[in-house]
Amino acid sequence: MSIEKSRREFIAAGLLTTMAAVACNSKKTPFTPEEDVQPSGEKVKLLSVDGEIIEVDKAFLKPVPHMPSVSNEEIRKGIPGKKFAMVIDLSRCKNLKKCQSACNHMHHVHSEQNWIKVYQMQDAEMTAPYFQPTTCMHCDEPPCVKVCPVDATFKRQDGIVLIDSDRCIGCRFCMAACPYSTRVFNWEEPELTADVAAQTYSAETSVPQKRGTVGKCDFCPDMTRMGMLPHCVSACPNGVFFFGDINEDSVTNGSETFRFSDLVKDKSGYRLMEDLGTKPSVYYLPPVNRNFKFEEGLKNDEPAAKKA
Amino acid sequence: MENPQKFSPEKITSDLLPQPFGRRGKLWTAALLLVALIGAFAYIQQLRKGLVVTNMGDYVSWGIYISNFVFFVAISLVGSLITAIFRLADVPWRTPLTRISEIIAVSAITFAALIIIVDMGRPERMLYLFLHGRLQSPIMWDVIVISTYFCTSLLLLYITLLPDIKIMIAAREKLGTPFAKFYRWLGSFWKGTEAQEKIRNRSITLICITIIPVAFCIHTVTSWLFATTYRPGWDSTNFGAYFVSGAFLVGAGGVVVAMYVFRRVYKLEHYITERHFDKMGKILVMLALLYLYFNVNEYLVPAFKMKKDEEAHLRGLFTGEFAPLFWFAILVGMIIPIFILVFPKGRKPNAMFAAGVMVVVGAWFKRYLIVTPTLLHPFLPKFDAPARYSHYFPSWEEWAITAGSLAGVLLIITFFARVFPIISIYKTITDHDTELPS
Repeated sequence: MSIEKSRREFIAAGLLTTMAAVACNSKKTPFTPEEDVQPSGEKVKLLSVDGEIIEVDKAFLKPVPHMPSVSNEEIRKGIPGKKFAMVIDLSRCKNLKKCQSACNHMHHVHSEQNWIKVYQMQDAEMTAPYFQPTTCMHCDEPPCVKVCPVDATFKRQDGIVLIDSDRCIGCRFCMAACPYSTRVFNWEEPELTADVAAQTYSAETSVPQKRGTVGKCDFCPDMTRMGMLPHCVSACPNGVFFFGDINEDSVTNGSETFRFSDLVKDKSGYRLMEDLGTKPSVYYLPPVNRNFKFEEGLKNDEPAAKKA
Repeated sequence: MENPQKFSPEKITSDLLPQPFGRRGKLWTAALLLVALIGAFAYIQQLRKGLVVTNMGDYVSWGIYISNFVFFVAISLVGSLITAIFRLADVPWRTPLTRISEIIAVSAITFAALIIIVDMGRPERMLYLFLHGRLQSPIMWDVIVISTYFCTSLLLLYITLLPDIKIMIAAREKLGTPFAKFYRWLGSFWKGTEAQEKIRNRSITLICITIIPVAFCIHTVTSWLFATTYRPGWDSTNFGAYFVSGAFLVGAGGVVVAMYVFRRVYKLEHYITERHFDKMGKILVMLALLYLYFNVNEYLVPAFKMKKDEEAHLRGLFTGEFAPLFWFAILVGMIIPIFILVFPKGRKPNAMFAAGVMVVVGAWFKRYLIVTPTLLHPFLPKFDAPARYSHYFPSWEEWAITAGSLAGVLLIITFFARVFPIISIYKTITDHDTELPS
């Protein structure tokens, strides 16, 4: 099995190196390793494309990503035929903030900043308080996209609003324009480990983040491309977050799946600040028949409060 | 006995030719250079470490860089007011004020553009504005109108300078060879023939007609950077007119301060007379009343309704965190100057200088109050963000860069006055031939 895997890796690495070499138009032949790798002396037997068994030094093997890389052009178009939406069931949220920590961890968000915020809300004096997690709303009329001077933040045909950190000039107009306070700015050099910093940047993973550019929730399109759920959805133990495709009319939190239109109708779903005309892709189910008491949820804030 | 038309052309020329810096001039320039250098040093720090050296955060994502930018754009509008509007309205006493207002316009708009670059998280990507520019974005509109206004103002300044350059080339013995070389490079083609004069006059009229809408555009579009968002305090249809009226006020205040200083330093009492102060005083009162009117609209109408999202913002201004600054800006920037200037005694040079300084200082803080308090009152509560993001007080780097940019504007004006006559010699002489007895 390991030989099988290594063979694939070897071929893929070889192809990638060839492409990279052609693309860079460098003087290297396709057979010279990309970096100055010292042979380790340990040989691995591999099956070549011609069906011959060859021996290669282990040091020359390079792991390649599981998924083919997506071009910036494809990233800007989005995944064809999809229209992503999220439903957040407020009756289930207990302020555990697992969504937040998973999101921060996977996107290497600055330790003091959050893409997902869990608000303690109370609409009126006499009404009950509740917890309200917010992601980027991925509006269909996104005010942030409207004001961007360089097309760094854009709306895709699958409904996702992304930021291209290689394009962003850091003017922060989008932050002023967003009524949901969802955008954060990389005021300083992001604190990244060397291997994260070395990754090839993609607007779909938002990693590695770059100093002087804006960041925000991206609906994890890298996960959806693999047919998986965004990190916040799978991290929530209470199944608060439902994610899915409006065209398929279904949303799931991983264990339960609903017809999107029925769920939103039956449970009186709504969107935040509907009056602004931003048409968010994130729907909320009101905090009725709650699974937890609000006070219980408040306790979950304590360790975080201590840390701050 | 203070009408310049009593003087011979030779006396006017020798009075108005640029003079070398005196001791005070050298000290002033050195001090400005020092402040500008400290600002440059702070900017280098910012380039190295990123915008983290500022005290901005994810809520107050625009701080004094942006309010200072708005201030510069505002004060630069005066070039169009004094030169273009006064010329088209044929205001006879404008001559000694036009060049002062034009150089204020050029220097302020230059630093407005620079301070925007300072505010960018990725200044090295500035070219993306042209490579990937989206015309739908109000920032692109601002880029377009500000560069248009810069070019038009510079052109206006240059074309009105041409006859003076001829006079200065003639006076090369007095001014020194290096200067003469520079003047020749700038305008030796100018002979002052009838044909040239005709073209020059028509060009000035054309520029004056075009610069008025461009000037309205620069500040209206700047106001739209705020008014095109949903935020309480910015979401206003009143904003364009409110900004333009405020801009004319601060610009006129700036001209009053500058004319007072130039009059004292260059002993121009016979050229910038008390009559000019009196007239400018009346204009300043009118503009202050106009701006006050827009302020009443801007704050009292939403305060009458007290919508939930506006409430926190308005209370913060009227009685809360920003109240001292807010009432300072209203009182010192508008109401006290109005009370000084409505009386003829208040329109004497010294009182006018005080009123002008108040207007300018009040206006600077007013811009801060337009930008920052709104950002501290987002629609959703401030949550899950560092506590320091809930307040804003600029860091030393921000103060240093802002002070440096203000010093930069004054430096441009100072160097300009060293090299060129701050009052048009040619126009003063020809006014002498044509002006009606007052």
